[in-house]
Amino acid sequence: MSETVVIIGAGQAGCDLTAALRQQGFEGRIVMVGEEPALPYRRPPLSKAYLSGDMTEEQLYIKPASTYEKQNVEVITGVRVERIDRAAKNVTLANGEVLDYTKLALCTGGHARRLPLPGAEKPNVHYVRTIADIEKLKAQFLPGKRLLIIGGGYIGLEAAAVGIKKELKVTLVEAMPRLLARVTGPALSEYYYGVHSAKGVDIKLGAGVDALEGDELVEKVVLADGTKLDADVIIVGIGLIPNTELAEAAGLEVDNGILVDQQCRSSDPDIFAAGDCANHDHGFLLRRMRLESVPNASEGARVIAATICGKEAVHNGAPWFWSDQYDLKLQMVGINQGYEEVVIRGSMEENNFSAFYLCGGVIISADTVNRPKDFMVAKKLVAGRVKADAATLSDESVELKSLIA
Amino acid sequence: MGQVTYVSFDGEETVVDVPNGDNLMQAAIDNGISGILGDCGGGCACATCHCIVDDAWAAKTGEPDEIELDMLDGVVDPKPNSRLSCQITMSDELEGLVIHLPESQF
Repeated sequence: MSETVVIIGAGQAGCDLTAALRQQGFEGRIVMVGEEPALPYRRPPLSKAYLSGDMTEEQLYIKPASTYEKQNVEVITGVRVERIDRAAKNVTLANGEVLDYTKLALCTGGHARRLPLPGAEKPNVHYVRTIADIEKLKAQFLPGKRLLIIGGGYIGLEAAAVGIKKELKVTLVEAMPRLLARVTGPALSEYYYGVHSAKGVDIKLGAGVDALEGDELVEKVVLADGTKLDADVIIVGIGLIPNTELAEAAGLEVDNGILVDQQCRSSDPDIFAAGDCANHDHGFLLRRMRLESVPNASEGARVIAATICGKEAVHNGAPWFWSDQYDLKLQMVGINQGYEEVVIRGSMEENNFSAFYLCGGVIISADTVNRPKDFMVAKKLVAGRVKADAATLSDESVELKSLIA
Repeated sequence: MGQVTYVSFDGEETVVDVPNGDNLMQAAIDNGISGILGDCGGGCACATCHCIVDDAWAAKTGEPDEIELDMLDGVVDPKPNSRLSCQITMSDELEGLVIHLPESQF
């Protein structure tokens, strides 16, 4: 019997897997099934250029339909997968179709964490995850409107930047005592607080949301301290929940994501997972980690393709991320968790600096703002687990490159 | 619309029709060319779409801007004609363009 790879999920990981399988020489059948109606598209612009109207839906598509045809990849969109039968090695779609597989890849991504409050279902409460989310939001995202953003992570801050650009009145509330608390150090949090405040975003920290008030629409957001904030449009950006229901129902091991090894293999050797839904035994971080980023999804897809094609590959790249807010190009590499020291190189006042996070003298992570050159070197420093001292890193007369072993 | 030739590191040539206005990273993805990744989707944030413009064409593709130059500084084995293919936009002037792909994007 010829081989069939079935891919559940038509996002970045699924799409990249189709291409990587063909590039690695896989000649069998490839079927990718996606729940959303659109062809696989890039999600990062949803909170940036697509929200601001500077990008069309077609421009979001990773590639046109003709490319899948050329590569002999079957794409089924707008259809849910109902279940996986591991014994029979098939998946059943919501339309009744049954697809047999020899290898199965779960690229199911995640969904926006919902605000667990009465009123959150009202039509002016929005999330930022899908094209449909943004289409609904855009209709209300108009100059002069009072935009209230719940959550000071990347989604919230990027949406705030677009809100300012589109001349909305922007307020952002964050339950933690600082912005980006989950992903970066206090120095960067403070920097972004300053940037957004200066642009006109009214930021309230340590401000949990207790209730939503209003009839047809949410009109007021009530904070834990009793403060009531008026709002016309509300965006909730409080994190992502991995889509693991199918995997769990199929009896695969799941713990904050589908557990996979360094080859992206789940507890069933014929089933793989990559992207936001997967919790990796990460070959670089040397611990389990569920990462939410395009580069992570792409790398996972390449590793799955290589493994299916009998080649050796390990998911072991130093993770990296980016975020665009206003004219600031933030690029990050590594995970700063457990850092002991942070060193700033350059000038925060001039919006041109890098922050290096050290643990035991080793550079474990870096955040660079408008410093792509530092970022490219930092990728190598972090990947190489290079040691450096604070004085050297902060000294601009020393070329960062010279630290690469 | 014009033709662009992508030459892989081991010398294999693929000729692709590229609509004017498309960037050469996107055209490579659209046509399944291995050797160009484009992880950031064209944002000049990842430098995984590195290419080397053929000497005969270097003048016509123009100069990289400062951000692109900085990113190129960190690619594997940069060359004088190195560019990020996401930053080269197809136009009538580039009909017949030849670009070479590096051995590795990272």
